[in-house]
Amino acid sequence: MAATGLTPSKAGPSRPSAPREAAPAPPGGAFARALRRNLTAHAFLIGAVLCFAVFSWYPMVREFFLAFQTTENGEVSWVGLDNLATVFNDPAFWQAWRNTLLFTVLALLLGFAVPFLVAIVINEFHHAQGYLRLLVYLPVMLPPVASVLLFQYLYDPGYGLLNELLRLLHLPEQQWLQDPDLSMLSIVVASTWMNMGGATLIYLAALQGIPGELYEAAELDGAGLLRKIWHVTIPQTRLVLSLMLLMQVIATMQVFVEPFLLTGGAGPEGSTTTVVYLIYQYAFNFNDYGAAAALGLLLLVLLAGFSAAYVRLSRAQDE
Amino acid sequence: MSTRTLISPAQLARPRGKAVYRIVLALVVAGFTLVFLGPLYWLVAGGFKDAQEVIQTPPTLVPHSFTPENYSRAWEVMDLAKLLGNTLYYAFGALAFQLVLDVAAAYSLSRLRPVLGKAILGLMLATLMIPATVLLVPQYLTVLDVPVVERNLLNTPWAIWLPSVTNAFNIFLLKRFFDSIPRELLDAASMDGAGPTRVLWSVVLPISRPILGVVSIFAIVGVWKDFLWPMLTLPDPAMQTLNVGIYSLSTGVPVNVLIAALTIASVPTLLIFLVFQRNIMSGLTAGGVKG
Repeated sequence: MAATGLTPSKAGPSRPSAPREAAPAPPGGAFARALRRNLTAHAFLIGAVLCFAVFSWYPMVREFFLAFQTTENGEVSWVGLDNLATVFNDPAFWQAWRNTLLFTVLALLLGFAVPFLVAIVINEFHHAQGYLRLLVYLPVMLPPVASVLLFQYLYDPGYGLLNELLRLLHLPEQQWLQDPDLSMLSIVVASTWMNMGGATLIYLAALQGIPGELYEAAELDGAGLLRKIWHVTIPQTRLVLSLMLLMQVIATMQVFVEPFLLTGGAGPEGSTTTVVYLIYQYAFNFNDYGAAAALGLLLLVLLAGFSAAYVRLSRAQDE
Repeated sequence: MSTRTLISPAQLARPRGKAVYRIVLALVVAGFTLVFLGPLYWLVAGGFKDAQEVIQTPPTLVPHSFTPENYSRAWEVMDLAKLLGNTLYYAFGALAFQLVLDVAAAYSLSRLRPVLGKAILGLMLATLMIPATVLLVPQYLTVLDVPVVERNLLNTPWAIWLPSVTNAFNIFLLKRFFDSIPRELLDAASMDGAGPTRVLWSVVLPISRPILGVVSIFAIVGVWKDFLWPMLTLPDPAMQTLNVGIYSLSTGVPVNVLIAALTIASVPTLLIFLVFQRNIMSGLTAGGVKG
């Protein structure tokens, strides 16, 4: 049952089978050979495993300890749920969650729907597809500081391009980032521009996998454009859509860089304080690692459900 | 030849369909160019305006006061050569560490399959489930005082390089590719007496060029785009990355010089993208969602 197909194709991973010793067998018994094989294999693994141990697994464990400890003058002591209480009693706590949720909802309305629509439009063209794909992905490659500060320049209430456009259209000027009601939306628009390229290309690949006959069949049933999208395009790309939705929820709930750079983090009247910004503040402004870890743990618990759903769905996709 | 899509070819073939198609195509191309290239044009143009013109209302579409000196001033004032050098150093160092350690690990897990290999792979993949920002604080504390060796990695390149190896997604992509290499190829090499290192070097790696390309580009771009982690672990101005350095100097320089600096900072990754766009896009859709 070993994978002995002579097809040299790289498509589809062959079932890995237990490695066998190649012909001239090295000296020593079966045990010695197995030992040597394992030693070699672990030698190849050790570098990566050490990095994971120190910079991934150990911090994961430490996160749990930190959340229930406090450190004063190098003295570590257990404080039970005190850190969680500190976090809950912080007046910024609920505001940060509200803002993060608002960002997530806005980012999904824009950042989830727009790339899908853009992909559908691009997919219809027989010309210029490569060019359009290139354009959409271009911002993804910019260093975030460049795109963010560029948007700050565009959003400037005085000399910014956006207000100039509003003036040309005889519309009232806006304060954009300085307006507590608009600041989050402005950040979401910038963030969508910066990040939509990846999702668009993934949707495009999914759209190109839809069999054309399905559209023909729908037309025979007299379906118009919208009904074809609703009854063929969306069901056919459902799995990719759900995966991207989960991925975006996980990513947007952790938003930090955009508000941090665009509005200095908190923003006007705290309107752009996000959960991760609050974590950052606890840890690096107030030196309260316990509170930072406790809030991180809350975020982890909330996102764990989404991560688990993602893993399940992506397994389904692989089958 | 192209596959059938939403709009039926019959509809497109009609004169009216053709006209509508052309108009919509023209509108979309113009709109996309405006939305995605427009801001970039604004960035480059802003870099050529003098201090007065860049903040005047109404703004000028084409720079009148053509001042290319902004670019050389930005280069000097913000010490971009150093920031660029630092970022390249971190990016290519991270690439080297990932290529050596992650490829070796993926090869071992895929082909040598040691005892506990499955468990180790599981633990690696489990890190993908933990939101990166949750680990920020404990990871930072670890860098301040690495257990066992008791070293402080703050303001050293190691703070970027070593954590970059913990890229479970890269290991997963590499392992999946190695899994798909036909056994016969590897067995033939071992028959000839090649050890695991030799097989990896002269059989596996040459076949794996496409996936190595994808992994390398993402490794470099990842370091290039990162902001929060290098801001925390490389606070020394002499050690900063392009992103962090420009950010920390952004309030102290005139707007036009800052804009020129942003333009310069954008050039390297845009070049990488234009040269390798095919690899980047195929890599994105190959490993983007499947995981």
